[in-house]
Amino acid sequence: MRTAPGESLIGTRPARLLAGFVVLVLLLSACERNVSYQYRWDLFFKSVFTPSPLILGGLGLTVAIAVVSQVVGVILGVLGALGRLSSAAPIRWLAGFYVWIFRGTPLLVQITFVYFGLGVAGIYAWDRHPLFGIAGAIQAGTVALALNEGAYMTEIVRAGILSVDIGQMEAAKALGMTYRQAMRRIVLPQAARIIVPPLGNEFNNMLKTTSLLVILGVGELYVTFSRLNGTLFAPFELFLACALWFLLLTTIWSFIQSWIERRLGRGFAPTDSGPGWRGRLFGSRLRPIEDPSQVSGGR
Amino acid sequence: MTQISPHILDALGTVGPASGTVVQATDVHKWFGRLHVLKGVSLEVARREVVVIIGPSGSGKTTFIRCINHLEKIQQGRIFVNGHLIGYREANGKLVEDREKNIARQRQEIGMVFQRFNLFPHLTALGNVVEAPLRVRHMPEHEARDMGRDLLTRVGLAGKLDAYPAQLSGGQQQRVAIARALAMNPALLLFDEPTSALDPEMIGEVLDVMKALAADGMTMIVVSHEMGFAREAADRVVMVDDGQIIEQGSPDEVFGSPRHERTKAFLSKIV
Ligand SMILES: Nc1ncnc2c1ncn2[C@@H]1O[C@H](COP(=O)(O)OP(=O)(O)OP(=O)(O)O)[C@@H](O)[C@H]1O
Ligand SMILES: [Mg+2]
Repeated sequence: MRTAPGESLIGTRPARLLAGFVVLVLLLSACERNVSYQYRWDLFFKSVFTPSPLILGGLGLTVAIAVVSQVVGVILGVLGALGRLSSAAPIRWLAGFYVWIFRGTPLLVQITFVYFGLGVAGIYAWDRHPLFGIAGAIQAGTVALALNEGAYMTEIVRAGILSVDIGQMEAAKALGMTYRQAMRRIVLPQAARIIVPPLGNEFNNMLKTTSLLVILGVGELYVTFSRLNGTLFAPFELFLACALWFLLLTTIWSFIQSWIERRLGRGFAPTDSGPGWRGRLFGSRLRPIEDPSQVSGGR
Repeated sequence: MTQISPHILDALGTVGPASGTVVQATDVHKWFGRLHVLKGVSLEVARREVVVIIGPSGSGKTTFIRCINHLEKIQQGRIFVNGHLIGYREANGKLVEDREKNIARQRQEIGMVFQRFNLFPHLTALGNVVEAPLRVRHMPEHEARDMGRDLLTRVGLAGKLDAYPAQLSGGQQQRVAIARALAMNPALLLFDEPTSALDPEMIGEVLDVMKALAADGMTMIVVSHEMGFAREAADRVVMVDDGQIIEQGSPDEVFGSPRHERTKAFLSKIV
């Protein structure tokens, strides 16, 4: 690790990041400042500290859509990965085709196609099937996000499975397990350790990507603030507040993620359980070397 | 201090019949692509017999024992374990690969101990041992745990039940691996160079476990160049060279007065 001289003076990395941020804001407000602009900080503080039910509703919807899309995406990813590793060629092709399509086209196109495309063509009219009373646009948006996520998770899960030593599958089979049992009980739990860090990044992205559903008018967090801005016109204060809410979500998630990673690290070398929450938030100085080949067998 | 029980198999309660043929391999041929690795291997192993396989590197020892539990396919010949044709079934005179479920069931009868241990790193020592009895045999949990604890105690690991493989030495890991294989109460144990990945000071503790098993009447096929073990525990030593068995006999015969030139040359290199 490179250590810059004087680093000890400025202090820790979070402190430096914060300092940089403050300087940036000061610089921005110094140059080209609209002197006549009256900051309405009350709007900012109100929407951060005493958020209206509208904002809380948007927040809830963002979390709900992100969680459901991610969960479904992980399930699709596991199925897709098993498909890509299948011994049956047609299943391999099908899984490969799925990944090819959904990673090869823009998410925005997928979202609009799933909702408007399928809807208008009469293939699936989302608004005519309000499952559990959920609006069609929300359903369609969630489905599109999940399908897209599944394609990325397929590659992540596949890489995780391939990183597990082949001797693990053989040892499980030698004990009389079927391929399914060996996958479920032996290989996937070990692959999970490799999968979880990138999965965490995926979910972090997912929390923010839900804002793309603005295109369908789904009232999640971003759309809520966007609408507030439409009536109050205070983009600086409102979108700053909006950003803070997203930051809160991703920060909470980073705590959860490091907790999960530490749990999955059981049984592996103690230094190998991934960066803690500090490292996750601000970048860790000493990143343990990931070497999947060391996971099994070795002394 | 390692305390290895002289009667490891007692942990399993039941002991199989005393006589009969466990393994019957006839004219086994194996190709890896165009590489002819096994060129007509025939071997019979009686119940309670301990067979040690020796031979130069690349001669096909590993491949042969992996064929016995169908981790490798064979292209010609037949392998029977306990009278069951392994890995294949006959359909109008031709051999076709058996269904996965049947192969898995056959493998329950055959324990295997690997050169690199292949313990499950996400499970504790006890977890490794009880995994297959629980998931494959559907043994009640308390019963499986009792048996697992007993087995691990008998291989000298009473204090390591909750240790993960990464926290164990190589010799300890290999003893867990042996206990794991035994937990399925197999009729046959296959060992592929079980001590060759170990530091010298750990070889003894693993060989002690294997000797105790041999004395207990376990049927074993052991690929190993540990002459001391072979002399003490083996009923028969089989010399493999270039995919064929070129000589076999008692340890005294093969080590003391080898008949084949290539056996002599090989033995002169390993002592
Ligand atoms: N999966 C494989 N694909 C292709 N060739 C293989 C494969 N496994 C083994 N072989 C080849 O088959 C031959 C026999 O290998 P095998 O591992 O059975 O030898 P061995 O007698 O166990 O040797 P060693 O003492 O080095 O372990 C070697 O030439 C090896 O390169
Ligand atoms: Mg070998």
